[in-house]
Amino acid sequence: MRNYKSIFANVDWVIIILYLLLVFIGWINIYAAVYNEEHHSIFDISQRYGKQLLWIVLALILAFIILLMESQFFTSFAFPIYGVVIFSLLAVLLFGVKINGATSWFQIGSFKIQPSEFAKFATVLALSKYLSILNINMKDIKTKLMAVLIIGLPAALILLQNDTGSTLVYAAFIFVLYREGLSGNILLFGILAILVFVLTLIFGPINIIIIASFSFILFYTIIKYNLKATVISLAVFSIFTYLFYSYDMKPNVIYYGIGGALLLLSIYLFVKKEMKDKSTHFLGVLIFVVTCFFIFSIDFTFNKVLKEHQRTRITVLLGEEDKLVEQIEKLKIERDAEGISKEDKQQLRDDIGAKKYSLRELRQGNGWNIKQSLIAIGSGGVTGKGFLEGTQTKFNFVPEQSTDFIFCTIGEEWGFMGTFVLVSIYIALFLRILFIAERQRSIFSRVYGYGVAAILFFHFLINIGMTIGLAPVIGIPLPFISYGGSSLWSFTILLFILVKLDSERLLVLR
Amino acid sequence: MNLSSRKFIVGIIFLVIGLIFIIRLFNVQVLNEKYKLDSESNVVRKIVQYPARGLIYDRNGELLVYNEAAYDLMVIPKQVKEVDTNAFCKLLEIEKEEFREKFKKAKDYSRYKPSTFLKEISSISYANIQEQLFKYPGFYVQTRTLRKYPRNSAAHILGYIGEVNQSTIESKPYYRSGDYIGKSGLEYSYEELLRGTRGVERILVDVHNRKKGSYKGGAEDTMAVTGTILYTTLDIVLQEYGELLMKNKKGSIVAIEPKTGEILSLISAPNYDPNMLVGRAVKKNYPILSKDTLNPLFNRALMAKYPPGSIFKTVQAMIGLQAGVISENTSFACNKSYVGCHNHPSAGSVAASVKMSCNPYYYNVFRRILQQKRVKSIFKDSELGLAIWSKQVKKFGFGQRLETDLPSIKSGYVPDVPFYNKWYGEGRWAFSTIYSLSIGQGELGVIPLQMANLSATIANRGYYYVPHFVKTIDKVDGIPEKFKEKHSIDIDRKYIDIVIDGMYGVVYEPGGTARRARIHDSIVVCGKTGTAQNPHGEDHSVFIAFAPKDNPQIAIAVYVENAGGGGRWAAPIASLMMEKYLTDSIATRNKPKEKIIV
Ligand SMILES: [Zn+2]
Repeated sequence: MRNYKSIFANVDWVIIILYLLLVFIGWINIYAAVYNEEHHSIFDISQRYGKQLLWIVLALILAFIILLMESQFFTSFAFPIYGVVIFSLLAVLLFGVKINGATSWFQIGSFKIQPSEFAKFATVLALSKYLSILNINMKDIKTKLMAVLIIGLPAALILLQNDTGSTLVYAAFIFVLYREGLSGNILLFGILAILVFVLTLIFGPINIIIIASFSFILFYTIIKYNLKATVISLAVFSIFTYLFYSYDMKPNVIYYGIGGALLLLSIYLFVKKEMKDKSTHFLGVLIFVVTCFFIFSIDFTFNKVLKEHQRTRITVLLGEEDKLVEQIEKLKIERDAEGISKEDKQQLRDDIGAKKYSLRELRQGNGWNIKQSLIAIGSGGVTGKGFLEGTQTKFNFVPEQSTDFIFCTIGEEWGFMGTFVLVSIYIALFLRILFIAERQRSIFSRVYGYGVAAILFFHFLINIGMTIGLAPVIGIPLPFISYGGSSLWSFTILLFILVKLDSERLLVLR
Repeated sequence: MNLSSRKFIVGIIFLVIGLIFIIRLFNVQVLNEKYKLDSESNVVRKIVQYPARGLIYDRNGELLVYNEAAYDLMVIPKQVKEVDTNAFCKLLEIEKEEFREKFKKAKDYSRYKPSTFLKEISSISYANIQEQLFKYPGFYVQTRTLRKYPRNSAAHILGYIGEVNQSTIESKPYYRSGDYIGKSGLEYSYEELLRGTRGVERILVDVHNRKKGSYKGGAEDTMAVTGTILYTTLDIVLQEYGELLMKNKKGSIVAIEPKTGEILSLISAPNYDPNMLVGRAVKKNYPILSKDTLNPLFNRALMAKYPPGSIFKTVQAMIGLQAGVISENTSFACNKSYVGCHNHPSAGSVAASVKMSCNPYYYNVFRRILQQKRVKSIFKDSELGLAIWSKQVKKFGFGQRLETDLPSIKSGYVPDVPFYNKWYGEGRWAFSTIYSLSIGQGELGVIPLQMANLSATIANRGYYYVPHFVKTIDKVDGIPEKFKEKHSIDIDRKYIDIVIDGMYGVVYEPGGTARRARIHDSIVVCGKTGTAQNPHGEDHSVFIAFAPKDNPQIAIAVYVENAGGGGRWAAPIASLMMEKYLTDSIATRNKPKEKIIV
């Protein structure tokens, strides 16, 4: 038998302290979020805060058990664990209960458990195991396909459960694959494509082409160390940005004038360079043309291919309430105009109906939630309203305030101080995990570490991004903080396997 | 490419996202104030506590005005979510079109501030609405009070309240849109006392608009202070009796307690039921009243400028005696070649001239007042005389606003030198031009209140207090100073007694013009009739009187339009009023008099 000393001998205390901090922050904020006078004891087991304490104690026991285990267990049983989880994901589709539209829960008595939460660490284990096999190379198409399969299988099953949020989490593995050799362009283009897509729908194709072309030339000149061109570009870009915002993002003559001039300037600079060095710039021109084509295709698809209800759904997703109102008014004028055929009139009527429905959804559903979430966080101010003094969350203006929107409670009661500290703790945790991952001797442990970082980061990105209006409303928990046993245990297992692997890093040669 | 360096790229992405979040949070939490306001308007609901408006009583403790609860449905447009319009309209018993209109109006006023959506819901529908209201966030009910007038009387005096208009809101910050304010009468004059002070309770509500507690423990709440009770000088029984007597007539009655200036009753006929101008009924009734050709909204007692007619002879007599241009026993023949007169023996004394109301007598009195041969030119002489005369007349309260406690009182008119200079040209008029003033005709304009005040002044033997309605104000010491100030008319008492003798004769002596004004033997009435010539129709009937002769309790003026001689209508009305006031009833022998009039 090993003594306790040796169990904790090599553990990374920084991670454990950050973990305990987050768990504690979560607990007291769940208390604040669902606090009521009748059950004011934070230990009251009939309330969520009492329950969460129970989950925390169980999570700590779980963590302790993991530290007691041999790390070889995880490397040896990675695939079996993965298999069990995949099996349970299939089983839940057949025997699970439906909660909030998603069939992702097993219910035994009053106890509920969500296998998809545990699929996260199982997938990380399996991916780590696969990528640590000797002679594996990310450049091989077979390796890529296999990795995508390992990631895609649980993702697909979770999508079948109708839990889109949890499915999207698996996109986070792109960071892991990137670290292990996946071309950086895929990561970059992925991010850029999403960005361009969203911006085009918000600001329209012309504006985005102007911005894209200018960003492109700016980037290009910086890379080529052409200082003069960079300075000119920056100056024009500043003016451009200033005008863009001062005119409330509504295009006008000056705006198009500047945009046109920019386009000419960028073409001029481009051509000038091209004369000297033809071959290397071919790619640049190609990217530019493809981007423009992409932008127009988004516009075309959005306006011509998509059905009205699909269009409005995207508009809603982007939170464009005003735009929707404007569109409805425009359609109404069209509808009431004279000389319109019966069919057209009916079509317009349907469109208006669909848009009105979306507007209602926007105002009462996600749009309203985001607004209330921002009000709660924004009203916290610098120092917050104080513990248990939050009004927006306490009086149920914010939805799901103990689970997906727990960040609102923190923002409202602890203010910018609180949110700043919390974001900092998370970033510190992520960087610490990266640091730990990089100091591993085994590929398995490193891949695992990146997997942990990627999954936690993705949750952090989407959850907080959603509450502050930077990301669409996707219901996934904030790691270690949101109420819920399944997610807390799953994140705890995920993290503590890494701690265990790390504590034995010196023993592992591979 | 060394894959290990990719840890920096990943690390930088984490850091950049963290930084973006912190910038965004700084923006939302620190820089942006909008969310803090939104947060407050989300949870803090201001409930205005409307104080009960002060009650109004008459001099004997009879309740004249009280309050009745009414419920207003308020709306804060911003908090209104999708409403099931059909069900809601059904609940409120309004049309959908009306709903849309009202909601738009509220939205136009302010999206954040509450405005009245539906006024004065009956208490029955209030119970229904209150039950269902939780389904309609953004709507809530506010209780306020409506004025009620149990006696259906004294509308002109009590006045009415109505919603404040925009200009009042702008000039007086206390008022908000939808508040009520006294619009006329005592409601207007004593607005600040009667209205009380509004209280504000701030409560916290949850997303379903349910009360969750008080805001900041009620530290910013203020209590509503109930309006002050106003005790008036009015005798509501007398007032009602006067209104009865004036039924189907045009004109007014003003009765004053001489020794205090307290107005006992003030009747303007035709009148209206004060309950007609309460709450939602105003919208319907106001146009009806204002379009009525008899003009019931017009308070004749304070606003109608009449020629005083013969009652003015008492003033001329006093001025003449005081100026020394006549004496007690001055006699003038009834020479009808200057002014007309009725047939009577020539007056051998001032008292007799009052009793018989001889026009030529006062023609002479006034000529002596004006033309005293102070200078050679009769024009200049008249001018000097008129200046002194009009100054003296104004001391009686004529030609100036009696600053009573009702708004929109008129000043009447006493012509002076500049007036005639402008009218005829300087030096182009003399006594002979303006002699009709001598008998209370011509350019003289007097309101009924001033006539009653003349009567009170004579009763007091030479002074008056500005007639007023306030007797006591709850929790306030005394009445405004201006009502306690004694105004002397600067006429010696002995001269006034001479006129009073004449006024006694009017009622009791043979040849007196108002023998119908007698009450009974134990109450001595002094009076003076008047018949104001009316070029547009039948003459106006005027009578001023006071009683008892010694230690007068009541002074009165009655003015009945187009009713002929003063003795015929005005005198018996005045007599009945005085009897009612002094004895609380009408003696059987005077009942026939009442019957003729009513
Ligand atoms: Zn005569």
